[in-house]
Amino acid sequence: MNVIWLLLLSVSIVFAVCTGNLEAFTKSIFEGAKSAVEISLFLLGIVSIWMGITRILEDSGLIYRIAHLFKPVISRLFKNIPGDHPSISAITLNVLANLFGLGNAATPLGIKAMQELDTLNEDKETITFEMMIFIVINTASIQLIPFSVIGILASYNAKNPAAIVLPVLIATVVSAISALIVLFSFRKVLK
Amino acid sequence: MIQYVNYLSLLIIPLFILFTILYGTFKKVRVYDSFIAGAKEGPGVILNIFPYLLTIFVAIKGFQASGAFDFIRNGFYHLFSFLDIPIEVISMAIIKPLSGSASTALFTDIVKTSGPDSMATKITAVIMGSAETTFYVLAVYLGAIGIKKTRYLVPVCLIADFIGIVVAVTAARFL
Repeated sequence: MNVIWLLLLSVSIVFAVCTGNLEAFTKSIFEGAKSAVEISLFLLGIVSIWMGITRILEDSGLIYRIAHLFKPVISRLFKNIPGDHPSISAITLNVLANLFGLGNAATPLGIKAMQELDTLNEDKETITFEMMIFIVINTASIQLIPFSVIGILASYNAKNPAAIVLPVLIATVVSAISALIVLFSFRKVLK
Repeated sequence: MIQYVNYLSLLIIPLFILFTILYGTFKKVRVYDSFIAGAKEGPGVILNIFPYLLTIFVAIKGFQASGAFDFIRNGFYHLFSFLDIPIEVISMAIIKPLSGSASTALFTDIVKTSGPDSMATKITAVIMGSAETTFYVLAVYLGAIGIKKTRYLVPVCLIADFIGIVVAVTAARFL
């Protein structure tokens, strides 16, 4: 991230100077700050809601039952999660929310999953392989029906907005699998 | 089929909440107090995430506004011109991992200017549906627990994004 951030900013500033976009650049920095505040406030609401709901899941013991139920599926990929650990439930709920395109639930549940995975982490500053698998799955954005895209297509009178469902599904599954292959081969090579 | 899935996805969250509070009550949990205790953690989590979001957003917005984005996009366009890919697709491929709102705005613009049934619209629609705002996901998930050393996660994500775009362009061709 260090390198990427350094590159993004320094390249941008050099370009802003060369192309005379200095004013726009300076303005955009503060716009970026503004949208960070806006998104954080939005997240504050939905994350708090899901923290409340997952606390009920914990207090009632349901989180362990869900973990027990989905352990056979989840532990195929996440090999180092012991027993009926709560992270299994959080991962399961996040994946389900993603599948059904429930972004407002998926992100908070994903945060919960990261917190639970962090309880298994010995070195808090360094990411674990389990966390990497989880993030890679999330960046592949597996969803059954891309509602928002279909909505935009429909509002501009596309002939058959739903036609994109199959190619999207194929693309998302193929890219998720290849992302995991890339991740696992990185681990193998760097070991 | 789509309506059915749409209805199902509208149903999931309310049903899940209902089941959770009923099960909690059945297990003698004071659900109201329990919810509040959990919700109290929200602000702390967001406080952790905020600096990560701010840092990446400032860089991304600056990148777009400085003209560097246009330059790189044109570079990629000429580099891959033999593949006959519309320039809108190149824009989308670069902007999608960086910014969710910008990619939605760009997509709406593409549908408007090149038509809802054009090749550019079809390809970008598949990218929109099958790719994720990688840098946002990284900022939020890593920020939430304060991870500093990400090992090889970022290169893996970038390679995966690139593969994802290639797959999306290929899949859209068969549309």
